[in-house]
Amino acid sequence: MSLSDFLQRAMSRWMRDGGPDDDIVISSRIRVARNIQGYPFPILQTDSHATEVIQLVEQAMSTMSVNQLGNYEMVRCRDLSPLDRQVLVEKHLISPDLAQQDKHGAVVLRDDELVSIMVNEEDHIRIQCILPGMRLKESWQLATSIDDALESKLTYAFHEKYGYLTACPTNVGTGIRASVMMHLPGLALSGSIQRLLSAVSQVGLAVRGIYGEGSESYGNLFQVSNQITLGETEEEIIDNLQSVVAQLIGHERNAREQLLQRNRVQLEDRVSRSFGILAYARRMDSRETLERLSDVRLGIDLGIIQGVSAGILKELMISTQPAFLQKYFNRELSASERDIRRAALIRERLRQDDTEVHG
Amino acid sequence: MLCERCHERAATVHVTKIVNGEKTGYHLCEQCAKEQGEIMNPFIAGNAFDFNKLLSGLLNMESSPGYTPTQVNQLRCSTCGMTYNQFTQLGRFGCPDCYDNFASRLEPLLRRIQTGNSHSGKVPTKSGEKIQQQRRLEALRRELQKAVAEENFERAAELRDEIRTLEQNAGE
Repeated sequence: MSLSDFLQRAMSRWMRDGGPDDDIVISSRIRVARNIQGYPFPILQTDSHATEVIQLVEQAMSTMSVNQLGNYEMVRCRDLSPLDRQVLVEKHLISPDLAQQDKHGAVVLRDDELVSIMVNEEDHIRIQCILPGMRLKESWQLATSIDDALESKLTYAFHEKYGYLTACPTNVGTGIRASVMMHLPGLALSGSIQRLLSAVSQVGLAVRGIYGEGSESYGNLFQVSNQITLGETEEEIIDNLQSVVAQLIGHERNAREQLLQRNRVQLEDRVSRSFGILAYARRMDSRETLERLSDVRLGIDLGIIQGVSAGILKELMISTQPAFLQKYFNRELSASERDIRRAALIRERLRQDDTEVHG
Repeated sequence: MLCERCHERAATVHVTKIVNGEKTGYHLCEQCAKEQGEIMNPFIAGNAFDFNKLLSGLLNMESSPGYTPTQVNQLRCSTCGMTYNQFTQLGRFGCPDCYDNFASRLEPLLRRIQTGNSHSGKVPTKSGEKIQQQRRLEALRRELQKAVAEENFERAAELRDEIRTLEQNAGE
């Protein structure tokens, strides 16, 4: 299979398509946690509980009201190879935790992969909607309509006072986690990122690396999300996050403008070097890949690099992950083999675009 | 770059350690890192930054007047059998009923990790109808008491009828 065919088939829509403010906002994601009344949470689940929960979700998925919201397919984790599960993790469709749940876990995917529903992860049901660009509200609309459709068939564990009950009390209430993935190279280069991010964490929001909890941030990619789930309405949570993200976007645009005015040559040098390295290097680890891609994407956004599609950052940040590489080359690869293949894949991908670097 | 341990293979694992605020870094190949036990797969649960461990740390710190630790630890959810002690270690409840069964301990925790202690967002349509009706009934009953206290018996009679209709509907 050619690389372009492989990528065409492997990319979810959120990776291919654009959206509002997509020069800075990579994706907007809403995750909603729900549990079914009368069953213990997955942590105490027996095999038969797990199977019943999966069956209940499957029945609810087959109703009219759900089918009006797209084509869905359910698959149990045990029917997927570890590599396929890892690919789903790298595409952000399932969590690393679910990938480990090979006995009890299952996932429902909509054919365009904008919606995924994890079953028997930490909670019975986690509905996740991920849209490209700054589209939190739209993402919430999608999630809440799927939630309503499922609820017409299922009885959720709901408490008059505490709201939707979840395994972890950090999710109780709305059960909602809204998160926005942002690319902030301007703020990182100008050195103001730490100050801004610590300010963000003081208004009840969390900042993490791209693979969630505990992951470091490479390539100037950050996930900003709400931490509070109880006491505020879904709309308040989303509005709060949205207004903070809007401010970050403003600061990032300013920082880029300043860099262009004050350090144009250094900036051109930096992004062009990174482009050269990506286009010619023979070994690339995943950290350097993200860092170079971040520079190249900045160069594209600022008009320094032309002819390369802006989607390259999103596309390559996913497709150069370990499981993706092994899927593409169709064999198991050690870390050092992966570095060689990763460099090859990037070179090939860059040759597809008719590139030009302007000085 | 070659591995700093075997000096044979390429270094692909970069280890940064922060011990007592002192940062050290070194570069290893995959094999040496495995042998050294340095590979911490971020996809495998149980790494040092696990949020639940942080949460359980928070829970263990708790001490409140009126409870000695043994009493707290013996608190048990009658539905799923999880003890409060287990919850503090796992950071997760066993079943929906744990919320009511551990309610006495939950409130101070919720105050610490959330902004409020009651839900004001979306309500499920099916079970929500009942909740909304309950909320309406409670409001009417409060109003009725007020009307009686104010000797506004005309209003009280109206309210009583309204409450009766709602209760009958709920009973059907």
